[in-house]
Amino acid sequence: MVSPTLEDVRALMARATGDEKHDESSTSTLDALWVLYDRVLRVDPADPDWAERDRFVLSKGHGPVAYYAILAARGFFPREWLDGFMRHDGRLGSHPDRLLVPGVEASTGSLGHGLPMAVGVALGLRAKGSSSRTVVLCGDAELNEGTNWEAILLAPHLRLGGLTLLVIDNHSSSIATGSWQDRLGSFGWPVRVVDGHDHNALETALRATEPDRPTAVVADIPEGEW
Amino acid sequence: MSAVVTMRDQAAATTIDLLREDPRAALVLAEISTDRFARALEGFPDRAVNVGIMEATMVGVAAGLAMEGFHPIVHTIAPFLTERPFEQLKLDFGYQGLGGTLLGTGASYDYATEGATHHGTGDVGVLLTIPGVEVLVPGHAAELDTLVRAAYANGHLTYVRGGAAANEASLPVTPGSLHVVRRGGGPTLLAVGPMLDRTVAAADGMDATIAYTASVAPFDLEGLASIAGERPHVITVEPFYEGTLAATVTAALRHTPSRFDTIGVPRRFPSAYGTAAEHDRDNGLDAAGIRARLEALLA
Repeated sequence: MVSPTLEDVRALMARATGDEKHDESSTSTLDALWVLYDRVLRVDPADPDWAERDRFVLSKGHGPVAYYAILAARGFFPREWLDGFMRHDGRLGSHPDRLLVPGVEASTGSLGHGLPMAVGVALGLRAKGSSSRTVVLCGDAELNEGTNWEAILLAPHLRLGGLTLLVIDNHSSSIATGSWQDRLGSFGWPVRVVDGHDHNALETALRATEPDRPTAVVADIPEGEW
Repeated sequence: MSAVVTMRDQAAATTIDLLREDPRAALVLAEISTDRFARALEGFPDRAVNVGIMEATMVGVAAGLAMEGFHPIVHTIAPFLTERPFEQLKLDFGYQGLGGTLLGTGASYDYATEGATHHGTGDVGVLLTIPGVEVLVPGHAAELDTLVRAAYANGHLTYVRGGAAANEASLPVTPGSLHVVRRGGGPTLLAVGPMLDRTVAAADGMDATIAYTASVAPFDLEGLASIAGERPHVITVEPFYEGTLAATVTAALRHTPSRFDTIGVPRRFPSAYGTAAEHDRDNGLDAAGIRARLEALLA
């Protein structure tokens, strides 16, 4: 199978939404998701439950069109499924359901659930002696939710080197988020802030794991740009 | 040495056994009972963790462990196990189709001196709104041990409601079992978990059938219909809010006209402290109070 291109993914996104206008929040995640699935995560579309796969949790479950399009482009499920996006008889809702969609690790939609679950996933992987890593994507406004900060406090305590928090910061939070280096750094997370559209920068930051502590990557999306 | 084992100590002993026997058993604590579970935390540090005082994340982490194939046991005081992290239970476990055991302590008003913040009388009611949940209410430490072992790997979110109140003797309970303690004419008294001994005492000399269950969900619907007979009058004696079992009992009796009454914890916030026995007296849930309620209902 020829590797899909980003243009394939954009075409699939248009197929899902029925027009050329992409859902705002899914577009802000497109480059980071593309880099994850094209260059970083070890996954096997032919065997979505492969034990040695890396785990990816889309905590910010809304605006999943880019996610679905990338999974379909890589062959996790038929591209035709995108035609049924949000339809009653379709499998792809506006929040992903792990029981309906191959390749989806977690059912999300209510904000602030993915990171605590990802801590448990990373803990379980370590207990099994697995070298698989766990990446969880949150939105900047999603980090208003207090459960995230519980997990942000907990993960360094557990020395979860296999865990990476990817923040898509499209400056959508009504509450000032301040400096990510200061806020996450003070909880013990090394933080790399990169241009959320720069594939090479995203790849470098997402590959930079540490053995004994979790890492954070903030993908900055300029304000006003979605 | 006392032969009486509390449910809380039994919860720790059973959990440690399961961690030893099953490499897929896991434990998540949120500071409560870390002393009792010390051997678990020390002996199995890879899959037995104390997350600190963060109950929502305790449940989320447990769900993550379940996503990786573990059978997580989650333990804390009833209101902090069931009500505070309710959405994590509903979504991370229920909606995602994951199994885990909520092994509680401090049910009802065991923490009588602490005020309503520490009371767990709405625990079962809120959990029963989660499709597929299982709720087990042991009346004795031995029943808690049996039920946890039977249910911890059942693939469902399962609440095992541990507390200080208990019956003198255990019955051979299983998930879904219903037991006839005494047969008689008149109404069928359905005692739940730790309410059995006081129900038997309250009904002394009354012509009534006494049934017992430690399994609210699954519940033996056909069994209750059979025990209650052709003109059923079922009176539940519940250790949580009165009427929590109303939907369950009416489902069991749906094929015939029937009467249902409930004796349980009144739906109000308490404004008193003291002991659980004093709250039982206030709530009409000691043997004398239950007796008075029964006499009023049957007058």
